[in-house]
Amino acid sequence: MKLTVNGEQKELDDGTALQVLIDEMNLEGKRYAVEVNREIVPKRQHPEYVLKEGDVVEVVHAVGGG
Amino acid sequence: MELTPDQLERYNRHIILDNVGIEGQKRLLSSKVLVIGCGGLGSPVLMYLAAAGVGTIGVVDGDVVDYSNLQRQIIHTTANIGAPKVLSAKQTITALNPDTKVIPIEDIVTIENIAYIIDDYDFVIEATDNFSAKFLINDACVLASKPYSHGGILRFEGQTTTVTPGNACYRCIFEEPPAADAVPACDEVGVLGAIPGVIGTLQATECLKYLLGEGELLQNRLMVYDALKVRFRDIKVLKNPDCPLCGENPIIKSMANYKQYFCELK
Repeated sequence: MKLTVNGEQKELDDGTALQVLIDEMNLEGKRYAVEVNREIVPKRQHPEYVLKEGDVVEVVHAVGGG
Repeated sequence: MELTPDQLERYNRHIILDNVGIEGQKRLLSSKVLVIGCGGLGSPVLMYLAAAGVGTIGVVDGDVVDYSNLQRQIIHTTANIGAPKVLSAKQTITALNPDTKVIPIEDIVTIENIAYIIDDYDFVIEATDNFSAKFLINDACVLASKPYSHGGILRFEGQTTTVTPGNACYRCIFEEPPAADAVPACDEVGVLGAIPGVIGTLQATECLKYLLGEGELLQNRLMVYDALKVRFRDIKVLKNPDCPLCGENPIIKSMANYKQYFCELK
């Protein structure tokens, strides 16, 4: 299936969980949130959240400056 | 309180606005707003709130004005290098609008003082430059049922959300507590000077809307601005049931158990 991840087209196997995609992104230790189709998905839901064709996934990093 | 002839002229563009009028202007003049952080974000926030005629503005910052601030912190001037930021800001605000009473608080917010500092205000603006303060302000405001606006900037990017009682908070979005050195700060990677102008102006607008009771607030939404792509993303945020502060089983229950919460995490 085709998705958009951080603005770029990406091909993933059907039934891929959001967590699998996040694990590929090397976000360990970073402060981030993940939105799918313009809605934040809470972290605890990532392992069972199944992505579907056409989903738009964006990683939002917290910015701490002021 | 009746508006003076000078005030009727000064605030004319508010007064002729359907959703403000004389009543709305009086409401702004009797409002109290606390701005925590008097830097990049705090500068435009303070100037727009003062220009709009917010009657009392508390300003919190423990720093002095430095040359490296002037690229973006437009409330300060070259002549005020070395002066406490809160006094420099007060000088600019008073020159702009003598109607606004400025309460300078030359300090940083801490676990011990924050509840006391925010207590007297109708709305709080979080305009600080570090995550510890951002989370602390979020937590104290949510615990005190105090509405506030969060702002953050870095490089060519900024984000903001408005947190009001009963709605999603900053921890609903970014669940983790502050961990030192995990992410860069402006003094490490820089920020384009006009970025805080965009985000701070959004924060000031949200504050004025809240005080006037007009329109929809940026609550349960996070606005992310990418200046390089000129893109605003409006992301929906639901109240997170796992939120350690406002979720179903909160761990942070008062400022009194705050230290304990962080100790347990270690």
